[in-house]
Amino acid sequence: MSAVFVEPHTPENLPARRLLDQDWRRLLNYGVLLALVLVFVALTNMPVKLDRRMLIEPIFSMGYLSVFWLPAVFGLLVCREPVLAGMPSYAKGRREVLAGAMVGLIGGAGLSVLTVLLDNFDLRDPLVNWSPQLLDLLSFGRGSTFGFAIWLPIGLALGTLGGLTHVLSTTARRVLGWAFVTVVAFAVFETVIIDLSEGFASLGAERVVDEIYFIRGGLTMHGAAILAVCGGLFAAFGRDQAQRAKAQFQALEGTSRTRANAMGLLACGVALVVLPLFLGGITNELLANVGLFVLLALGLNIVVGLAGILDLGYVAFFAIGGYTAGILTTTNRGESWPDWMPDFYWGTALIFVVILAALAGLFIGAPVIRMRGDYLAIVTLGFGEIIRLLFLSDWLGGYTGAAQGVTNIPGVQVFGLATVKGTDPRAVFYLVLFFCAIAIYVSWRLERSRLGRAWMAIREDESVAEAMGINTVNAKLMAFVVGAVLASFSGAILAAKVGSVFPNSFIILVSIVILVVVIVGGMGNIVGVIVGSVVLIGILGGPRQPGLLQEFSEYKLLIYGVLLVWMMLKRPEGLVPNVRRTRELHQEEYLQDAWLRGEIDTDADSHADGGTDAEPGVLPT
Amino acid sequence: MRQRLLTINKLSVTFGGLHALKDLDFHVDEGEIVSVIGPNGAGKTTFFNMISGMVTPTSGDIIFKGESLLGLDPNQVTAAGIARTFQNVRLFANMTILENVMVAQHCRTRQGIWGALLQTRSFKQEEREIREHAELVLSFFGTRLVGYRLDQPAAVLSYANRRRLEIARAMATRPTVILLDEPVAGMNPKESAALTQLIGELRSDWGFTIVMIEHDMSVVRDVSDRVVVLDHGETIAQGSYEEVSTNPDVIEAYLGRPAKESA
Repeated sequence: MSAVFVEPHTPENLPARRLLDQDWRRLLNYGVLLALVLVFVALTNMPVKLDRRMLIEPIFSMGYLSVFWLPAVFGLLVCREPVLAGMPSYAKGRREVLAGAMVGLIGGAGLSVLTVLLDNFDLRDPLVNWSPQLLDLLSFGRGSTFGFAIWLPIGLALGTLGGLTHVLSTTARRVLGWAFVTVVAFAVFETVIIDLSEGFASLGAERVVDEIYFIRGGLTMHGAAILAVCGGLFAAFGRDQAQRAKAQFQALEGTSRTRANAMGLLACGVALVVLPLFLGGITNELLANVGLFVLLALGLNIVVGLAGILDLGYVAFFAIGGYTAGILTTTNRGESWPDWMPDFYWGTALIFVVILAALAGLFIGAPVIRMRGDYLAIVTLGFGEIIRLLFLSDWLGGYTGAAQGVTNIPGVQVFGLATVKGTDPRAVFYLVLFFCAIAIYVSWRLERSRLGRAWMAIREDESVAEAMGINTVNAKLMAFVVGAVLASFSGAILAAKVGSVFPNSFIILVSIVILVVVIVGGMGNIVGVIVGSVVLIGILGGPRQPGLLQEFSEYKLLIYGVLLVWMMLKRPEGLVPNVRRTRELHQEEYLQDAWLRGEIDTDADSHADGGTDAEPGVLPT
Repeated sequence: MRQRLLTINKLSVTFGGLHALKDLDFHVDEGEIVSVIGPNGAGKTTFFNMISGMVTPTSGDIIFKGESLLGLDPNQVTAAGIARTFQNVRLFANMTILENVMVAQHCRTRQGIWGALLQTRSFKQEEREIREHAELVLSFFGTRLVGYRLDQPAAVLSYANRRRLEIARAMATRPTVILLDEPVAGMNPKESAALTQLIGELRSDWGFTIVMIEHDMSVVRDVSDRVVVLDHGETIAQGSYEEVSTNPDVIEAYLGRPAKESA
């Protein structure tokens, strides 16, 4: 998609506006908005909670980052004005820096006022996070007067920084951006990188890591400096080459393109198989959790992304998978279990899991599928809860253990060679990987089949699809069943991994998180869904699974929400978009682009060749 | 004697108190081109919706090849051999042109999940046939819809080409009867003349029987064997174009009664 926002090529001779020729109203709007956001972030207590996580020892913690990035970003945003072709444009200069500084100052004033308020009032009743610790943090431990005074210059400085970033040349901005992102990324991925370095200890990786990271967490000062320089250098020199390679890849066509894709896929596959051998428990655990959600999200992607059925009760199938596998394999005896109740191996139980999930898909799908749009979403939401409450109920409690759940579920025996269970996250990861591969294959093949086309047609226009001979009820039921089976795999693995299943592992929040993963990643795109899982589950954490940023766990839902709103506004097609959906969501831009490329079909061409296959002159009388 | 293909007996539909169609009798013989005309609101599109199963009639019967279509879903009607286009072109705008036509062959093909997952020989064979048939159908419209266009989304097409693609999509369901709802609406005279000829070829080359709603009288005159005039849900005249166009009832339906008489 071509960006609507066009960054102008600034020739040297553009006139600069005078320093005080500002759009004051806009400055005030941005400034007040910034102040409100800063106060909000402070009052969520995020700075205090995140203060424990050091990014750069001893000067910079994630708590301060959560506050500091805002004035800079607002300072940058206030300078950006859309420049339209044919409208007067101006050189960037001191005026922009001043604008950024003003916005930063107003924002800083917000925190200044908050510091004073924190000191003089106790509003802990409505605002539960109104704490002395927050005051301590905001005033840098030097009393509220200092706190009041210091936030003005801090805001001013950060806003100025934002403004300066705008004025800088594109290259300089890119270098700075990369340096910053590299440092933060290394700080955030600390666990994984240390884990990885231990695996590659023989190559001396550990020594490098010891140099970069402080013992108790966080980057060392010189480590951060080195990383910043590396990131900057990459942006300055390496990036061009990377882009050239990318362009080269995109220029490939036909068989060589296919071959390049296959090579890339193979490389990813090999990396995924080999890398866990070098990773420690924590990272493997993380990967296993991500994998479980990839499996769920791929299943939901078939239902929502391909067939367009907004299923908000998807967790039901996850639960059915988990409970079926759990009950069939556990060594415990439920109170009302008949004597013939078997203790299956997990693999045998999986056959029943699939059958039951498919039946549940049909059973839940049949009444639901005849509805459309909002009604369908609400009804599926209801079914999701019904299934959980059934497992919790007295009626099935004898089998499912009600609130106590099913416990003592043995792991997965792999041909008597190994047992996969929660204590060995690496084995769990391989198990998950195997099923993810199946899910990816299934999604990939089905999308390019008769059934996949029917799903797409249904998503586009259901009544026309039906008039074109597609049995929409059947096709939608198939989508439901395939989605249900994939989710049940995930549930069955969860049961074996955790060793127990409880009703509250299957709350409605799980459905919502899976949906957010699919939306943020890119609906209808396999890669997108995987990226979405890695970003949301891996970094932020799932409903019950901690992510890389464990400190964020309290704010996970807040961040999910913000992310979702932001995505809907700025990039509704997701991080890795599906071509079709992008087209759908940006149809006007797409058509404009197509028109510019000369691909658009105008009626002119049918005038041109109209004469060849018709006798002219048959006009209405 | 040509075979009777579609017979409609005393068909009525009411929406609330409104008689959209009242005791309509209608028939189509094999290989005929029948035009249905009438002023706006005469019930023409409702008539199509009813044949294609999107609206259930209140009374009467629809018999196609000796079997009743009543109570069938739209997809079953299409499978029985009646395809249609829509007055306000309704393509799958974000699917490619080829996919639009491929998906229409759904009811003529059989492969399900397992074929796709195991990539069986019959699956690949069927995919190839679907694709070939789609290209064959598209090539009927000359060079407009083939070549580089195959992989473009239907949204980029011009209005006239969208109408053509919609006809191609209907053809791809391998029907016996095609219902065309205002096929030339919005086209310029040259284009509609070209399409008129194509409609003729749909019968002569492809063997389709055609029922067409059309407002453009030159098209109706040039191509139809028989014209049926609807007004207020009732057939007020039928016969050849010449008979119908001179029928006083028809003129009255379109233009109103002369002032003297109505007074």
